[in-house]
Amino acid sequence: MTDSHVDNGVPALKIEHLRKVYASRTGATGAGHEALKDVSLTIPSGEFFAFLGPNGAGKSTLIGILSGLVVKSSGTAEVCGVSIDANPEKAKSFIGLVPQEFNLNWFETSLEIIVNQAGYYGIARKDIMPRAEQLLKDLGLWDKRHEQSRTLSGGMKRRLMIARALIHEPKVLLLDEPTAGVDVELRREMWEYLRTLNEQGTTIILTTHYLEEAEQLCRQVAIINHGEIIKQGTVKSLLTSLNFVTLLLDVVAPVSTAEMTLVRDYPITKIDDMTLELKLAPGETVNDSFRKLTAIGVQIANIRNTGSRLEEVFINLIEKK
Amino acid sequence: MSISTASNLTSKRSPIVVGFLTMLRKETSRIFRIWSQTLLPPVVTTSLYFAIFGTFIGSQIAKIEGFSYIQFIVPGLVMMAVITSSYSNVVSTFFGAKMQRYLEELLVSPLPDWVVIAGFVSGGIVRSLLVAVLVLVVSLFFTHLVIFNVLVIFAAAFLTSVLFSLAGLVNGIYAKSFDGINIVPTFVLTPLTYLGGVFYSVNRLPVFFKELSLFNPILYMVNAFRYGFLGITDVSLYTSFAVMIVLILVLLALALWLFKKGNGLKS
Repeated sequence: MTDSHVDNGVPALKIEHLRKVYASRTGATGAGHEALKDVSLTIPSGEFFAFLGPNGAGKSTLIGILSGLVVKSSGTAEVCGVSIDANPEKAKSFIGLVPQEFNLNWFETSLEIIVNQAGYYGIARKDIMPRAEQLLKDLGLWDKRHEQSRTLSGGMKRRLMIARALIHEPKVLLLDEPTAGVDVELRREMWEYLRTLNEQGTTIILTTHYLEEAEQLCRQVAIINHGEIIKQGTVKSLLTSLNFVTLLLDVVAPVSTAEMTLVRDYPITKIDDMTLELKLAPGETVNDSFRKLTAIGVQIANIRNTGSRLEEVFINLIEKK
Repeated sequence: MSISTASNLTSKRSPIVVGFLTMLRKETSRIFRIWSQTLLPPVVTTSLYFAIFGTFIGSQIAKIEGFSYIQFIVPGLVMMAVITSSYSNVVSTFFGAKMQRYLEELLVSPLPDWVVIAGFVSGGIVRSLLVAVLVLVVSLFFTHLVIFNVLVIFAAAFLTSVLFSLAGLVNGIYAKSFDGINIVPTFVLTPLTYLGGVFYSVNRLPVFFKELSLFNPILYMVNAFRYGFLGITDVSLYTSFAVMIVLILVLLALALWLFKKGNGLKS
């Protein structure tokens, strides 16, 4: 239903002064919860973009407004150059949505679910069958095509929702916490699938609070908290803004409190008896700390990175706020 | 997981027609898939009415305007089944979709609101007309059918099913729990149907109750339908159709407004 993926410089998404205030439960006016505060953002076509933020930051509200599930309070949004206010049907036709919560009809089969979804996008049953078959095969669900969705495992349901979102070949794929509750192996497979999809031209916008996910997949990231974008840029630029590096040191023998007292002037903290944390500011080297540790008899068995470096940027920003 | 080359997706039909037919097909297949819940109960219930009120009690009741009591109540009972089936079909499918959240499949799609509304209503129409035919077939075991005007019969049944499908949809939009979809059928629909001239002619009521009955919209539907079979009615046929059409327009406008505002549908 959608046209080609070549978009002549038209951004996949353009948001200006987007705001959402949820009415209070008591119905009192003016006392609602402001989930999005004047958010403005442009995402170029073909981008792989992540909205990062803790629970309740406003990520799902933003995705909901774009996909037509949440009514915005004010502001504008365009999907592939089409306003969601002036031509909502056209704007929606560009989008495929994978929501956070399972929203499958329990009693429909996998095949029925995606074929019906194609129908809602104006693609007739007989025309969509080859693509439906291919998508279910690609996502490892072809054997389950006649199974009711309620009988599928969590991972299969998640993949079925991806197939449903892709059935009409959307230009923009919105994924709200796509790997929440997914095991490590399936998560890696999904990342690979999304990467290839993006390489083929689909703009992918996801929300996540798994920082590793954003770091692994995305070129651009916006960190969102309390309804505001507090930092935006390429993953690389965010990582270079880090003002410290954290390393974990596994030691050979338990470190005593007395030994820790001897290194109190160094950026070393004790995580547990067998693990120390070394936090280095720009320009600092590991040599001084290692020399001191060696001098007091602490032997280091292994050095590890703390995991996601983006997590450190994230925590740094959230704490600043 | 691997990715295949995307196909070129096109359909000859208009996207709106394809979308509507998809919903119609989905709703119809559901009706047949769970026929023991959708088609059988009204047939069993009305059979009991035919047996008890029509045959056992009806045989002791004098003719009404030249027709036996069972002949008089058959159109009313069919209309009662139409009202119940259309309402309950749409309220349950819509509320089920809302609770299981697969209503979102439609809300995120490019289908205009009126097509989504038409899709749900089409399910109510299909089920209620199927039930009407089945109940009429069952009635043949108890009496012979008199048909005065087929067009009036069809128009009254169709408009009534549209009206109560829309009413079920509006109920489904507002409902927040399963209680919310049971209150209206139990405390509003059933009393109005029983008091809507299904079992008696309102002309035989005292003046006060007759005039009170004129405020019951179901009276007009039952009488229009009965006119199609027997050629008799307690109220003007034109008034009956006018009442149905006005109520349909009011409910349609309300449903469209609720979809546009997102009340009960969107955050």
